[in-house]
Amino acid sequence: MCLAIPGRIVEIHGNIAKTDFGEGTTRNVDISLVKAREGDYIIVHAGFAIQILNEKEAKKTIKMFKELFNLPV
Amino acid sequence: MFKFKDSQLASRIIEELRQMHLNIRLMHACGTHQDTLIKSGLNSVFEKLGVEIRQGPGCPICVTPANEIEEAIMLAEHGCTLTIFGDAMRVTGFSKSLYDAKAEGFDIRIVYSITDAVKIAEDNPDKNIVFLAIGFETTAPATASTLINGVPENFYILSSHRYFPPALDALLSLGEIKLDGLIQPGHVSVITGLTPYYELLRKYNIPQVVAGFEPLDMLLAVYSLSNQIVKAEPRVENEYTRAVTEEGNILAKEFMNKVFEPFDVVWRGFPLVKSSGMRLKKEFKDKDARIVFSDILKNVDVQHYEEPKGCRCNEILRGLVDSFDCPLFGKKCTPDHPVGPCMVSIEGNCNINYRYTGGRAVKL
Ligand code: SF4
Repeated sequence: MCLAIPGRIVEIHGNIAKTDFGEGTTRNVDISLVKAREGDYIIVHAGFAIQILNEKEAKKTIKMFKELFNLPV
Repeated sequence: MFKFKDSQLASRIIEELRQMHLNIRLMHACGTHQDTLIKSGLNSVFEKLGVEIRQGPGCPICVTPANEIEEAIMLAEHGCTLTIFGDAMRVTGFSKSLYDAKAEGFDIRIVYSITDAVKIAEDNPDKNIVFLAIGFETTAPATASTLINGVPENFYILSSHRYFPPALDALLSLGEIKLDGLIQPGHVSVITGLTPYYELLRKYNIPQVVAGFEPLDMLLAVYSLSNQIVKAEPRVENEYTRAVTEEGNILAKEFMNKVFEPFDVVWRGFPLVKSSGMRLKKEFKDKDARIVFSDILKNVDVQHYEEPKGCRCNEILRGLVDSFDCPLFGKKCTPDHPVGPCMVSIEGNCNINYRYTGGRAVKL
């Protein structure tokens, strides 16, 4: 139940988004709980998107820690 | 799919942790965190660095007590069509599991999501379809939005949903185990945001970091916690900023608040946990299986239940021990023949540890 998988929205029809989970797997996901757009990466739990993943933030986190340790960014 | 990886950063953090000469115990509360720890071998890396990590009550099926499974079995035995997540099939109620009840011929169907259960109700208007709704804040909003968007008349919810943060509060207030910090569950936090953790900080002054599920996430989380611990500066930090915001998923919370209200409920392994149960509000009482089928459910007698002999799930859920400490692990108890719920659910500590160690009673 807490197992979530990320996927990328291909198409939206109302509350339902055709979502690509990689390796040729697509599934319909209910997006009632998020304000998602086509192309967004979403976290999916039991058929429902619970959040849109923010790619910029992911890069920012890594950059922040690399700077902290004086690693080349 | 974008990746959250950086091997240079990962090695550097391990080095930093080594230089801290740690001797600490942390708790995470999520099956997916345990999965990452064991699958990547990070748990043994952390052990060598003086960081012990226990899995707490973060497995919704494991913490659902036997009486709630028994309620589901009773409804199936009295003619309802029961729809459940597959992961719950082998958990036993008072004497048998839903799997056993299905084998006896009762109508129990596995669904991937509540949407599938609603579809079954639409296709079978002459039957009563009950959805056993298990899960924390991660799944409860889906149940709530489904009810708000409208369901067929013959569709009912048996709510075993629970608010997660009150369980951590209960665990910390029991004070049975010394914990130096908490790795907060990424996906519960996606919904709740950080507010509940500030409350825990105020009450228990315990370091906390919300973490994602890649090995690098766990390394960053452990590094941040270790820093807080070493400097004695407990805070709430958010490492999983790509998914978790300060305020959480407001829309999902609104759905939950419209449909559910908190009440005191028992968790497996815990005494009554205050305001942790999610009960359907009055407006939805004609969808609440506990009200609609109260005549059937009043016969569920909690008094006569005993936990399986020798099973240490209760202590595992409170973080007191690990599955490797259970003498039945990998011997009498395996995923094919589970003794307790922690071996049934794919989010359970015993199940995860078994899957990656082949049931050896040793840590990897
Ligand atoms: S290994 Fe089996 S018997 Fe032991 S605690 Fe886990 S579920 Fe219970």
